[in-house]
Amino acid sequence: MSTTPTTLFDKVWDAHVVRKIEDGPDVFFIDRHFIHEVTSPVAFLGLETRGIGVMFPERTFATADHNTPTINQHMPVKDPLSANQLQALERNTAKYGISHWGLGNPKNGIVHVVGPENGITLPGMTIVCGDSHTSTHGAFGAIAFGIGTSEVEMVLSSQCIMQPKPKKMRITINGKLGKGVVAKDVPLFILSQITASGATGYFIEFAGEVFENMSMEGRMTVCNLSIEMGARGGMIAPDETTFAYLKGKEKAPAGEAWDKALAYWKTLKTDADAKFDLELNFEASQIEPQITYGTNPGLGTGITKHIPKAVEVKDGEASYKKALAYMGFAEDEAILGKKVDYVFLGSCTNGRIEDFRAFASIVKGRKKADNITAWLVPGSHIVEAQIKEEGILDILTEAGFQLRQPGCSACLAMNDDKIPAGKYAVSTSNRNFEGRQGPGARTLLASPLVAAAAAVTGVVTDPRELL
Amino acid sequence: MAYDKFNILRSSAVPLPIENVDTDQIIPARFLKATERKGFGDNLFRDWRYNADDTPKQDFVLNNPIYSGKILVGGKNFGSGSSREHAAWAIYDYGFRCVVSSFFADIFKNNAINVGILPVTVSPEFLDKIFKAIEADPKAELEVSLPDQTITILATGENESFVINGYKKHNLLNGYDDIDYLQSMKEEIKSFAAASKY
Ligand code: SF4
Repeated sequence: MSTTPTTLFDKVWDAHVVRKIEDGPDVFFIDRHFIHEVTSPVAFLGLETRGIGVMFPERTFATADHNTPTINQHMPVKDPLSANQLQALERNTAKYGISHWGLGNPKNGIVHVVGPENGITLPGMTIVCGDSHTSTHGAFGAIAFGIGTSEVEMVLSSQCIMQPKPKKMRITINGKLGKGVVAKDVPLFILSQITASGATGYFIEFAGEVFENMSMEGRMTVCNLSIEMGARGGMIAPDETTFAYLKGKEKAPAGEAWDKALAYWKTLKTDADAKFDLELNFEASQIEPQITYGTNPGLGTGITKHIPKAVEVKDGEASYKKALAYMGFAEDEAILGKKVDYVFLGSCTNGRIEDFRAFASIVKGRKKADNITAWLVPGSHIVEAQIKEEGILDILTEAGFQLRQPGCSACLAMNDDKIPAGKYAVSTSNRNFEGRQGPGARTLLASPLVAAAAAVTGVVTDPRELL
Repeated sequence: MAYDKFNILRSSAVPLPIENVDTDQIIPARFLKATERKGFGDNLFRDWRYNADDTPKQDFVLNNPIYSGKILVGGKNFGSGSSREHAAWAIYDYGFRCVVSSFFADIFKNNAINVGILPVTVSPEFLDKIFKAIEADPKAELEVSLPDQTITILATGENESFVINGYKKHNLLNGYDDIDYLQSMKEEIKSFAAASKY
């Protein structure tokens, strides 16, 4: 009997549909649910108002990250509103029996860093969280995406959400990435080609040699940024790299269960003749180290290029001019050599061990530039411990940098880590929106290598010159 | 959270002809610290609406008394960025019941319907006509009919139909939400879970 060829996305999606509603969304089952202190309190309040409970508390995992300080975490949180949110999470998780890695817990960290590193995220799962960068977990061949607070309440109370099935897009990139070009540059490049809304309505599968050759950390960086393309999420088929990463992780299956899981995971790939609604192809050789110059992640370009003229970009002219005015940039200016004030290494995009290794590879034997304030924030305590173990901390200290404690930090600047108005930050995070890193802050998104190059030279510098 | 039913809305509209209005602009992260859902409307478009010293920025449309109404008309790719439902709460709490654009970011669109705001996607040409109609007369009224799935510029009678799936339409018309629906199928979900791989 011949069956129609299907995509990886179809396989995982279709296996999670509890009910199809005619002319409506699918009732979609969620295997794993992550929650944090900012988008969950109102959902718990909703449960109470309705007088309903949590259906499967063992499927939800809580960590505090969005609004936590990145220094002196052993001290009481000073801001009363932030402290209130942390207490609410503590209270709510205790009440319903949900696992909680709060501040000070050795497993604490950014939700999209701790899920994978503890083996909670597995191939073929459906994963949601009230944070749009939940797409990160797609690196394991899972369907993972961000949800709103009403949906957090749905998952808590019924382990399901209502979702129309998105369209499918495949982005294939073959070839080998050049020297100094790392995982982050790939989605930034794609964004510069298709814009920040280029994948709206789609779920992306990333395929081709570039992704096959990436580490799990790199794949997470790529899938993390799929949401910035407007996509619901992005995923990469699991392979030997995935399995090797998962083997032995605390919550990953072990023994017989591992063998069984592995057999299933190996079936998770797109069939040869499966159809996508849209296919895009790029070549690795097209990609140089990238940097953004505008106020959405689609406004980026190769680091050696000039800022495009309004006629060359797909954003409307008024929006584009507004973006450049906010950034204090002009059309056709060179980006190399622009003065930088802050450097931020961290976030769920680039707060993993590989990112710290990359940063250290450039600052090693050099010194932090005097005009730079640098915030280096590991994604989790596990990453922090690894940084120390591998001797990276010594390299950083030697070069004049300090390490902060884990959390989202300047990625969304909800805590005290705010870039001051008008200042320029080269940031490894994911969003350069107006005010995202603090009111008036000007963000240039780039890879850890570009961030390191700026940190030691004080200006936007091509990292290839320092490698 | 219960919300008012949506049927036919006839109102003047507030124009915001900017593209890529992201949820960080709709409600900046520093206002997400509440543990209750109230008062978000005060901080809607906070940094476009107020100076750092909390005085209103006169050139921002919400501070211009000639514009008012329950419909917000935004540029392409409205609601991109963060998944914060607070953005939809802020829009609802401020008093808008409908947002019109030529393109919505997915998560925002979902969030909007979940809190009782109707997102209406129109063609770029029709969006342009709406902006022109408001420019000609700031009090120009639009009529959004959910039962008929149409939006009409009343001054000229020009109209366009919009798409919404039958399930969501039914919910908005009746003031139901997804949680009500899911609660009604708990047993089915439990047996599904029992058979699932994870
Ligand atoms: S680091 Fe930024 S994007 Fe990632 S979870 Fe935290 S706030 Fe969200």
